[in-house]
Amino acid sequence: MNYFPDEVIEHVFDFVTSHKDRHSISLVCKSWFKIERYSRQNVFIGNCYAINPERLLRRFPCFKSLTLKGKPHFADFNLVPHGWGGFVQPWIEALARSRVGLEELRLKRMVVTDESLELLSRSFVNFKSLVLVSCEGFSTDGLASIASNCRHLQDLDLQENEIDDHRGQWLSCFPETYTSLVTLNFACLEGETNLVALERLVARSPNLRSLKLNRAVPLDALARLMACAPQIVDLGVGSYEDEQDSESCLKLQAAIRKCTSLRSLSGFLEAAPHCLSAFHPVCHNLTSLNLSYAAEIHGSHLIKLIEHCKKLQRIGDKGLEVVASTCKELQELRVFPTDLQGGGNTAVTEDGLVAISAGCPKLHSILYFCQQMTNAALITVAKNCPNFIRFRLCILEPHKPDHVTSQPLDEGFGAIVQACKNLKRLSVSGLLTDQVFLYIGMYATELEMLSIAFAGDTDKGMLYVLNGCKKMRKLEIRDSPFGDAALLADVNKYETMRSLWMSSCEVTLGGCKRLARKAPWLNVEIINENDNNRMEENGYEGRQKVDKLYLYRTVVGTRVDAPPFVWIL
Amino acid sequence: MSPEEELQSNVSVASSTRNIVGVLKEHNYLGLSDCSSVGSSNLSGLADDDKATISLKATELTLGLPGSQSPARDTELNSLGPAKLDEKLFFPLLPSKDEICPSSQKNIASGNKRGFADTMDKVPVYTEKNWMFPEAVVATQSVIKKEVAQNIPKGKLSTTNNSSSPPAAKAQIVGWPPVRSYRKNTLATTCKNSDEVDGKPGSGPLFVKVSMDGAPYLRKVDLRSYTNYGELSAALEKMFTTFTLGQCGTSGATGKDVRNETKLKDLLNGKDYVLTYEDKDGDWMLVGDFSWEIFIGVCKKLKIMKGCDAIGLAAAPAPRAMEKSKMRA
Repeated sequence: MNYFPDEVIEHVFDFVTSHKDRHSISLVCKSWFKIERYSRQNVFIGNCYAINPERLLRRFPCFKSLTLKGKPHFADFNLVPHGWGGFVQPWIEALARSRVGLEELRLKRMVVTDESLELLSRSFVNFKSLVLVSCEGFSTDGLASIASNCRHLQDLDLQENEIDDHRGQWLSCFPETYTSLVTLNFACLEGETNLVALERLVARSPNLRSLKLNRAVPLDALARLMACAPQIVDLGVGSYEDEQDSESCLKLQAAIRKCTSLRSLSGFLEAAPHCLSAFHPVCHNLTSLNLSYAAEIHGSHLIKLIEHCKKLQRIGDKGLEVVASTCKELQELRVFPTDLQGGGNTAVTEDGLVAISAGCPKLHSILYFCQQMTNAALITVAKNCPNFIRFRLCILEPHKPDHVTSQPLDEGFGAIVQACKNLKRLSVSGLLTDQVFLYIGMYATELEMLSIAFAGDTDKGMLYVLNGCKKMRKLEIRDSPFGDAALLADVNKYETMRSLWMSSCEVTLGGCKRLARKAPWLNVEIINENDNNRMEENGYEGRQKVDKLYLYRTVVGTRVDAPPFVWIL
Repeated sequence: MSPEEELQSNVSVASSTRNIVGVLKEHNYLGLSDCSSVGSSNLSGLADDDKATISLKATELTLGLPGSQSPARDTELNSLGPAKLDEKLFFPLLPSKDEICPSSQKNIASGNKRGFADTMDKVPVYTEKNWMFPEAVVATQSVIKKEVAQNIPKGKLSTTNNSSSPPAAKAQIVGWPPVRSYRKNTLATTCKNSDEVDGKPGSGPLFVKVSMDGAPYLRKVDLRSYTNYGELSAALEKMFTTFTLGQCGTSGATGKDVRNETKLKDLLNGKDYVLTYEDKDGDWMLVGDFSWEIFIGVCKKLKIMKGCDAIGLAAAPAPRAMEKSKMRA
């Protein structure tokens, strides 16, 4: 079968980088399996409990980059209690004991401690890149260890983590000899920042491409930083208050003008909007604009800013018609609600979505929060943009029907899944019956992730999805009337999926137990925060409804680090 | 019913409703030829801008529910029993279903959930519905709407931590809307700053962590969903009651005046616990010294400490050593 020596095959494999493709390669024959194993550089583990570090190391002894994901997605919305799991410590310990030359660690929704970060910083000589997304459990002391010990660090990217800010001097822990910084993102830190240390660090980092500052970095500091780093590509502005000091503003404008490589802008956590004009000279080069935290920028300032941004590909903001008319290259859009209680004058409605779909034909990813929606609008959107890969629509009020016809939104979403043949991720909302799930099962053949909330009538809904969507990986359902019949209908389906989350549905403890018996290769977790003991004592426990169910396939059996409120069947 | 009998009835169903199965085959929904694309060839017509073509195609494809075809088919299908029919037509290829099918069908037909048969009887005509003219189905859809309303799980409004939210606002549902609390908090802080300038009160939620000595896990509460200390204490009481030894009635505390700091202290002191908070400077203080409005402006974290541990806190900032030991506890 192999006409080439292993080295040649390995060289060919080097060009294959996607995880799916490498997985396919490894299935071809034993020889390819072996070659692929030893040459695999990047390992992606979507559920840290599906496998353990020992097996990872046995299969891939030479990897350099590891991506780990911990808690289920709904943990973002406070549905998973604190302490559920997702600890990175055992992984780092195991990797440190082995000889693996770890260079990159990317974690999402995991619990990271200062101890873990310290161990990480001391164990891997060539460690280059640390990316933490939505993690928690550590403080700036942990960052200090990373800064002090990782001589070759290039990326320190902290996205939306909950970090205990001890207002220490972690920035000054980078040695004076350290000059290899490429990415620095500490926007999520709440406390003060040592501006002097920051400026010196930026000044001695000629390779710095991405810099995202936190709230504590004011305008004049920003001006000095940008003067030191004109090569910057991605900038997150921290605090942009209107300083009466016009000299600072002039310096900033001058510095910005020199940043001809700037392509991406974000932040503006505290911003005086009329200062945005300083950025107008570079707007025409911007391909990404994230103003989702810039609550104070609205109206005319936003419009002026966007009008300058002809090349935008990614955007997260609130001024939609302007976006539609200006940003023809737009590929990704996220519209967040400013008034989370619903209502308010600046309501986002279906009109905005239709305008965007008409004006931005290259749009493939959208996250859209709005007050109301209609089937007609969704049908129009589906016709305008058949290229959606991710379509996430959240109508703020649960069960809200089409506000013109009072019908469920089944037809609208049906049009979306029918037209968008490459749809990989979908979130539905509003008033929905089983019919929408029939459409999803019939048409959404590429769908990998589906989020359902307050939708459906009977088990049929869930069954349509489980039977129809062959590529489903993550299914998360809350507050919908699906029960044991749907859960148990096709147990083997769950082996093809990464995980299933069901909360506030009609699933009973008896049903979950039956499922766990039928499928020993699944971890069936019941998360029960309240009344820890009631589930066992009650004589009718079989019919007791389960508040939160999280099940996932695993090759390493029941996890040992589950807290008392998690019951693994 | 044994699997063989089921299979035979399946075959008879298939032959008598050949048109339906045939159409389904074309569109490959059942995966009979193990092809993942769903009716790709037949759907190419949808790319046309011809509305009539779209609606016609759509009609064909939405045959999804048996009995939803022309009336002629209704009688054939209904005579065989809708529940079983549905299962067989749509999910014939699931090998593991054979053992589960009978029970699941029973559940669907006669369980406490609204059976599929019920749906069919009341909503026969799905084909009339097409993409462009939703009003044609007003009559049937309104029936669905009513039934949907009945089926809304009770959990919708009861799964909330903030049970003592102000009555004027809508009941807060946990984790809804699905915005990360990190983002909610950040926007809330930013909004608060700008709103203060405009003169309006901040309206975003303000989540803070609440921990308790001896409790295995933290909770989060939205401070803006309460209007006074009494409401906060009642909510915390409910949340942490599992962990406290004694019970103390909350009826006295709720619904009282704004400045109820003493009531709050009494309540928690009765169980030998005090409520403390970490302010913006990182100092731990006893709750209750400031007015409610000021308090929510400065509070970053809450902690329910044992009374004896909190001695010396009073209104003065706690020494750092004590604070660290509390955090490690």
